[in-house]
Amino acid sequence: MSFINYASREINCKIVYYGPGLCGKTTNLQFIYNKTAEESKGKMISLATETERTLFFDFLPLALGEIRGFKTRFHLYTVPGQVFYDASRKLILKGVDGVVFVADSQEERFDANIESLENLKDNLEEQGFDIEKIPFVIQYNKRDLPNVSSIEELSALLNERKVPELEACAMSGEGVFETLKAVAKLVLNNLKKGG
Amino acid sequence: MLGPQSSLVMYDEEYQRILVLLEKLLRESNSKVIFLVDKNGQLIAATGETAHLDTTSLASLTAGNIAATGGLAKLIGEKEFSILFHEGEKDNIHISIVGGRVILVVIFDQRSSLGLVRLRVKKASIDLGTVFQELVDKTEQEAISGNAPSPFAEITDDDIDNLFN
Repeated sequence: MSFINYASREINCKIVYYGPGLCGKTTNLQFIYNKTAEESKGKMISLATETERTLFFDFLPLALGEIRGFKTRFHLYTVPGQVFYDASRKLILKGVDGVVFVADSQEERFDANIESLENLKDNLEEQGFDIEKIPFVIQYNKRDLPNVSSIEELSALLNERKVPELEACAMSGEGVFETLKAVAKLVLNNLKKGG
Repeated sequence: MLGPQSSLVMYDEEYQRILVLLEKLLRESNSKVIFLVDKNGQLIAATGETAHLDTTSLASLTAGNIAATGGLAKLIGEKEFSILFHEGEKDNIHISIVGGRVILVVIFDQRSSLGLVRLRVKKASIDLGTVFQELVDKTEQEAISGNAPSPFAEITDDDIDNLFN
């Protein structure tokens, strides 16, 4: 959960990027890292295997600026997408303030998206979160590929809660900052309500 | 004890008390760096030779470390492993859990020893635990009385939009 520090006038929030293996969670963070000014970002940490698959998590600290005299810091995390890393995924969801579900738009990954979303729901519930209330956005990634499902199809299956949904191509960066902005907005609005 | 889903709030008064306790521990244990991290990976306070250290990354990895070993503990039927120790060629890291939610990290070299660090950490943990309990009580009281509205209660969509410009 968020950490409000009156002593240093800072507020820290944790955002987790979730989704099936190879959907582009790490790519989202890498793009944000590459496009953010030096003074606004910390070091990006990737705990990955030799083949660059996420093993535990990626971590990117971002300072977005000030709101009402408070420095706003977001800590972005990704989970390992591969099915057998479920124990690690649960740990990373601890204390989360907002979730981005990165869906792989390719037709052949349709089932993987559904499986991952179900897994997210289970794990959030296990951590004591109300999945109907937690700040949540969905990103339909890889829209530039030829074999993608339609947005209507994806939305009908993945977005029951009718949360903000965005199209993206994380490799080129399209939609990446829009997604971050959408989830940050929900998280800050949640804080406003005292959540 | 702080619940897993409650926001951590730090006030100036408690922050100063925590810093005093950390500085005392730094002196008494002859260590190099000490920092406190929330179990979610947020850095709470740091003292000692922190200038050359990436404390944000250290905080996040420490919390990941505690979370992973906590997961291991549960698998073998333990509640948690309350102390972790990593030994390096020059520097060592001693990690312990204070008051159920906060992680105390002590980095030390040959000028100190594991025995001394363990001894001093044990004592400091009791004092730190007291401050954090008071912090929790204070936060709860403020929430009930409604005296301290969230600093974000008044923010507008424009404020949020401005962050991204």
